[in-house]
Amino acid sequence: MLQTIRERKSLQLLGLMLPGGFWLILFFALPLALIFAISFMSRDDLSRPALPLTLANYQQTFDPLYINLFLFSVGLSLLTTLITLLIAFPVALFMARLPKRWRNIMTLLVMIPFWTNFLVRTYALQFLMRANGPINTLLLSVGLIDEPAQMLSTPFAVLVGLVYGELPFMILPLYTSLEKFDWSMIEAAQDLGANALKTLAHVMLPLTAPGILAGSILVFVPSVGSYITVELMGGGKINMIGRVIAQQFGQSSNWPFGSAISLLLMIVVTLAALVYFRIGRGERGAV
Amino acid sequence: MANDFAVELREVVKLYGTMAAVDHVSMSIRHNEFFSLLGPSGCGKTTCLRMIAGFERPTSGQILIDSRIMGLTPPFQRNVNTVFQSYALFPHMTVEQNVAFGLEMKGVARAEIARRVGEALALVRLPHLAKRYPKQMSGGQQQRVALARALVNRPKVLLLDEPLGALDLKLRKEMQIELKTLQRDVGITFIYVTHDQEEALTMSDRIAVMSHGKALQIGSPLEIYERPACKFVADFIGETNFLEGRVTAINGEFATLSVGAGQTFTGRRVNGLRVGDPATLSVRPEKMQLVEHPVDGAVNTYEVTVFSIAYVGSDTRVIINLGGQRLDVWEQNSTSTLNPDDYFFKPGEKAWLTFKPENALVLAQ
Repeated sequence: MLQTIRERKSLQLLGLMLPGGFWLILFFALPLALIFAISFMSRDDLSRPALPLTLANYQQTFDPLYINLFLFSVGLSLLTTLITLLIAFPVALFMARLPKRWRNIMTLLVMIPFWTNFLVRTYALQFLMRANGPINTLLLSVGLIDEPAQMLSTPFAVLVGLVYGELPFMILPLYTSLEKFDWSMIEAAQDLGANALKTLAHVMLPLTAPGILAGSILVFVPSVGSYITVELMGGGKINMIGRVIAQQFGQSSNWPFGSAISLLLMIVVTLAALVYFRIGRGERGAV
Repeated sequence: MANDFAVELREVVKLYGTMAAVDHVSMSIRHNEFFSLLGPSGCGKTTCLRMIAGFERPTSGQILIDSRIMGLTPPFQRNVNTVFQSYALFPHMTVEQNVAFGLEMKGVARAEIARRVGEALALVRLPHLAKRYPKQMSGGQQQRVALARALVNRPKVLLLDEPLGALDLKLRKEMQIELKTLQRDVGITFIYVTHDQEEALTMSDRIAVMSHGKALQIGSPLEIYERPACKFVADFIGETNFLEGRVTAINGEFATLSVGAGQTFTGRRVNGLRVGDPATLSVRPEKMQLVEHPVDGAVNTYEVTVFSIAYVGSDTRVIINLGGQRLDVWEQNSTSTLNPDDYFFKPGEKAWLTFKPENALVLAQ
């Protein structure tokens, strides 16, 4: 009797897991396995992945050209993460201290950009920063510059595009952790002799670390692999690792090499995230 | 020196919008005193404490700590420490780290910190839990940590905001005695906010009774209980009976009041009462007696009907009917028998109510 109930329970559990499991296998595990397989293949006369198996694709990724591209991508993404954090923290802090009703309205405002297609928004940003765009026109008319500043097709433009696009992903997790923050902690710290800076360093940051960690991962990971922003803001002159991958699968028709870079990027990002979380956990003690 | 007080409030006002949370409060708290701010929620007691700590600024008036005007001095530069109602322990630090926090902020040497943290934890009898995190401890233990974290800084004044509010009754009673003993031992001025009158009476040297932002009376527990200055204090502290009436005669310290259908009562009067004024007689239930036969010519003596009785162990609580008004009378059960009839009158029986004029107060309306 007990046995059959237990069996039925585990059957029910299996039933519940089926849709999610099916989804994961079809859209995550299977493509990943394919990429893994292709990354060890060579190409036939029509550039299609073919046998024999080879390690050449991986050897090619260690070309200084790609190493530098990778370092540049990581550096720019780290900078993006830092800047979004510096902008998002005061915003999230402000939101969390508003009355309840206003908080929901502010959350909505932060999410409104999502209602417009990302491509369209990036084009709008591109338009703003053009040589004869509104920003240059304004700076020229005020007399701050004598000739239009070259903003597009620079690392700066890509950085602006990334910060703009990723900002909500930093604000929302930060806001979530600040909203739950117990403000009497601040008073306790001040009562015990901590000034604003010490309160921030010893109490506020450690206690909001989960939000900072989540926001940083949410910003950093898509930034490293970003493609559209690099393509549009970089004007074809700035290259990042995401764009290289896209090129290999597109113009260059080199799926095996594209697969190899994709896998390596994924491994590096996963390792970085793990290390980051480990540090974060140490920082937060037994919370 | 004229103002040799630990803390002084001079005509302090705190407005929120147009609402006065604290309304012209003045009080002087002596060195090494256990001083309580007592009142119902919303009476302004916590706001007073927060202004002393520096978390809120008075709209007008002055606050002095150790004879120095505080003005805009931020909390981290005031020689006071707070024990918060929620304890506000840092969840990411161990007990030890929590207690050390204040000393670290002041840049005290490492060895000195270790020594003083050890002393503070010994003082609250928690040295064995130094490595625990707050979440792994009971409410009572967290309370002690909060106390140690504040006391380790050796503040001039310790501010306590209903620190026992979250504890169960038995633990509360224990902690009340412990806090009082601790205060005597460390010799630090305690300012203690509570809405629990028994707590305030048990622990305090002096109490300020507050209501609607005003300090109605400041005095020792004895003064507050035996000589309340107004109706609110008489009602808020302990139990009392009120009889409304009009002053018919004044005789030295005493006033006579005519109430209801022609009965007159005499009691101690507060200053400023005149013949003809409306007034209230306040008499505590344990200060009246019920007798079978009245003494001839005795004042404050009338025939009443017993309405209900409740035996509560140490005494019997009787509700009587005096000309349509119900009064509480508590009779001490000073002899032990098993016969219920020995304990008192039964409901419906007639009895005589009597009390001495010294045991009643005539208060202004």
